Amino acid sequence: MTIPHPFMANAVDAIKAEMLAAVGALSVEALFEQIPADHRTARPLALPPALRSEVELKRHLLATLRKSETCEDNLSFLGGGCWQHHVPAICDEIVQRSEFLTPVWGTPSSDHGRNQAWFEFTSGLGELVECDIVGLPVYSWGCAAGHAMRMAARLTGRDEVLVPRLIDPERLSIIRNYCQPEGTAGRIAVVEVGFDPATGVLDLADLEAKISARTAAVYVETPGYLGVIEHQGAQIAEIAHAAGAELVVGVDPISLGVLAPPPAWGADIVVGTTQPLGVHMNCGGGVGGFIASRDEERYAREYPCLLVSITGTTEPGEVGFGLSLMHQSSYGSRENGKDWTGNSVYLWAIANAAYMALLGPEGFREVGALILARARYAAHRLAAIDGVAVRFPDGFFKEFVVDFTATGLTVEEINRRLRAEGIFGGHDLSADFPELGQAALYCVTEVHARADIDRLAETLSQVLAR
Amino acid sequence: MTAPSLRRYHAAVWDEPVVLEMGRAGRRGMVFPAPELDLLDGAAALDLVPAAMRRTVPPALPEMSEPDVLRHFLHLSQETLGMMGISLFGTCTMKYNARLNEALAMRPEIAEVHPLQHEDTLQGVLEIIHSFDLVLRELSGMDQFVFQAAGGADAAYTHACVTRAWLAARGELGRRDEIITTIQTHPCNPATAATAGFKVITLQLEENGYPSLDALKAAVSDRTAALMVNNPDDMGIYNPEIKEWVRTVHAAGGLCFYDHANFNGVMSRIRARELGFDACMYMLHKTFGGPKGGGGPAVGAYGCSAELAPFLPKPVVVRDGERYRLDVDRPESVGKVREFLGNVPVVLKAYAWARSLGAEGIREAADLSVLGNNYMEKGLLAIRGVSRSNPGIDAWRMEMTRYSLEELYRDTGITVFDVQNRMVDYGVDAFWLSHEPWVVPQPFTPEAGEMWSKEDLDTWIAVLAKVCEEAYETPDLVRSAPHNQAIHKIDPAPLEDPARWAMTWRAHVRKTGRAG
Repeated sequence: MTIPHPFMANAVDAIKAEMLAAVGALSVEALFEQIPADHRTARPLALPPALRSEVELKRHLLATLRKSETCEDNLSFLGGGCWQHHVPAICDEIVQRSEFLTPVWGTPSSDHGRNQAWFEFTSGLGELVECDIVGLPVYSWGCAAGHAMRMAARLTGRDEVLVPRLIDPERLSIIRNYCQPEGTAGRIAVVEVGFDPATGVLDLADLEAKISARTAAVYVETPGYLGVIEHQGAQIAEIAHAAGAELVVGVDPISLGVLAPPPAWGADIVVGTTQPLGVHMNCGGGVGGFIASRDEERYAREYPCLLVSITGTTEPGEVGFGLSLMHQSSYGSRENGKDWTGNSVYLWAIANAAYMALLGPEGFREVGALILARARYAAHRLAAIDGVAVRFPDGFFKEFVVDFTATGLTVEEINRRLRAEGIFGGHDLSADFPELGQAALYCVTEVHARADIDRLAETLSQVLAR
Repeated sequence: MTAPSLRRYHAAVWDEPVVLEMGRAGRRGMVFPAPELDLLDGAAALDLVPAAMRRTVPPALPEMSEPDVLRHFLHLSQETLGMMGISLFGTCTMKYNARLNEALAMRPEIAEVHPLQHEDTLQGVLEIIHSFDLVLRELSGMDQFVFQAAGGADAAYTHACVTRAWLAARGELGRRDEIITTIQTHPCNPATAATAGFKVITLQLEENGYPSLDALKAAVSDRTAALMVNNPDDMGIYNPEIKEWVRTVHAAGGLCFYDHANFNGVMSRIRARELGFDACMYMLHKTFGGPKGGGGPAVGAYGCSAELAPFLPKPVVVRDGERYRLDVDRPESVGKVREFLGNVPVVLKAYAWARSLGAEGIREAADLSVLGNNYMEKGLLAIRGVSRSNPGIDAWRMEMTRYSLEELYRDTGITVFDVQNRMVDYGVDAFWLSHEPWVVPQPFTPEAGEMWSKEDLDTWIAVLAKVCEEAYETPDLVRSAPHNQAIHKIDPAPLEDPARWAMTWRAHVRKTGRAG
């Protein structure tokens, strides 16, 4: 290779020769002597030509990326597990800092700033969810819920969990994987609990009918997948605890400036998403999850994820941070550890920490109130359109179900028409929830101005009238 | 070689308070527009929350101005060494994270894209995913890749799930319930296998540096579901019998999964599928130039044979003529291991890395990483107190080598942890030790990679030489290290003490009785 690749400092013939001479090998190829000849590739690599210059590479990547459309250039009402919230500019600045972007593991001293940022992530979330233990992040809400089910099964020695019928099908699929299929050792059965067709909240009679001495956990979400605020929290907690089950609650933490923290009404383990707290949607690559609970040893000893704790140093009065209970992780105990851990979304945790510090208590109250108001307004506007109804019209947070059945059109067709007008309509629920008819999940957040909602309503009226 | 002179490094010390104790009541870091009152016909927004579910006590978050939040986190970033110095953290393949890729990933064409958009509006993203799938197919010989797994461990878990589905389709789920691995295979393999409901059999190393074929033959049976294995391992030993291993497991009726965590040294020279493996995994945040982020967002790219492809997590990105679409009609799929398509920006970065290097550059990177590792060996073995794992094996190692400071420890009482703590005083971040359990006493495992210059490698060696010299001459200086860091050595005892550990500020306030 005549021109060294810019990423490789030693790709200079003279340097390679010096290093080879120091090694005492005749050629670089000789260094690969451990790989037997019959293991070598049958044919050389055939890859597209290299784009070594940044100018060519940027041109290619940008041209490709531009074939996608964005929620900046279109007006989007998509939610359902990944949401368009405002990302403060500071969050972007901080996660792009090379010191946070590039490292892996150092010592508690050389990683001090990052460990503190992680502790500020757990501490900020701890205030929002009112839990004294918050773990370092896991991959996603679904993965957090899956781990929580397994924690509950270990805590109770039981083998069944109850989950709401109205749950994100992707999250449910993950939970089912984590709870394992029939025929495998340690399987946890997943049983769905129905909902009140008028309000979308949990059907308590069905919960009472299905809970038993096998139930390790009752899992509920608020706001739920379809946006509904579960207002029977205390009753659900009472039913779960009377049966000896853990109450696991999934939350969207951006709602917690206005919604009660789950432990206030009986939650034992709290899980949820982190993406709304200062992380872009990233085509779904922005999601993250967390697990939290009371600071009781029996809970602490079941966490699969890493835990960071504050501590002192050899210098009196100095504060440091270190990882707690590493031995119970898969790093410490391989197959005998608690589930497994590994790389997760630790960089996003720093964005989350900055987001929570920026908003403070008033910011969370304000954003929660704004979302409530704008979403309610949007629901009113849409419900006023002929043939359009809003399901579960009371007590939702940022998402709500719009029923188009009476228009005689499918959601797919309506969304196609909206797309032509630069609007991404709500997520089509008709395949996953046929009992809801031709329904779509609309999401309205603080990024939607009143004018955006008016434009949606007017455009919908027009396209439905065609 | 003359040893390079060491720099006068000192970390930034900010004594930065924990953010929850910062700020003053009333300050704001972010404000939002007030909702128009007529939107609600005069009602208060909070009335929309059912009474029982309203928050009554505000969260005790700090109240700070916007610039104060920025400066706080900038201070914390400065108290993080990482790749600002030299980091040769073995097994993690520290390499350059091209800033072009970071800049592109911040653009709205990726940052402000929703995963549930109609596929007509996702064509750019889908093209990148599919194009990178083709790159990995060429590198591995596999037939299909997916990027849903959010890390290497999650890809190992994906394999455990795919194995279950494959067994179920053959009516063997429950009967074949054992997964075989080796003690030198990354802990995520046995851990995810166990989480998926399998029993784990772990083979130990023998004199050649890897478990014997006989041990494997004794372990396989009609209960074998799969083999999950790294090769080369992180001592730099390549198992030359691996093809025979694959044949043995296949003959017993099991699958073979190649955890390609240590791909950097072998890329372009071997293909997992040509060795007979049914599936493999690459870490895009390691080998393929994606940033670590301190531990993600990450991607474990999982690829498999056509036989296993029906069981892959869905959706799968496919190309139809000039158009890309999401294939969700996959009835045998395991479903989801994580929401949506995975960490798409990391796929973009890995694709950009592969396109920047091309086939020739990828081979050059493998060459330089193996050359760099063997180059380091000469300097490291010249240091008093340092020895190499598998001393009886007289072969060039792959892209990393496990060393031991056992002799140093015996002579001085200085541990690998002490040495880590002292090396950071010179701006060289911690080395990787070894996964648990330690097969080699007092282990350390540098990985040169292709990014670091010869001067960087020389400096790293010189720093270790200096610290080992200090261990013999002024051991207390090493034992009490670090001295030039953001903070001193932490007190580990509270981390394991339920009465004192505090995983959040509120727990700390409660346990120390201090004002919040």
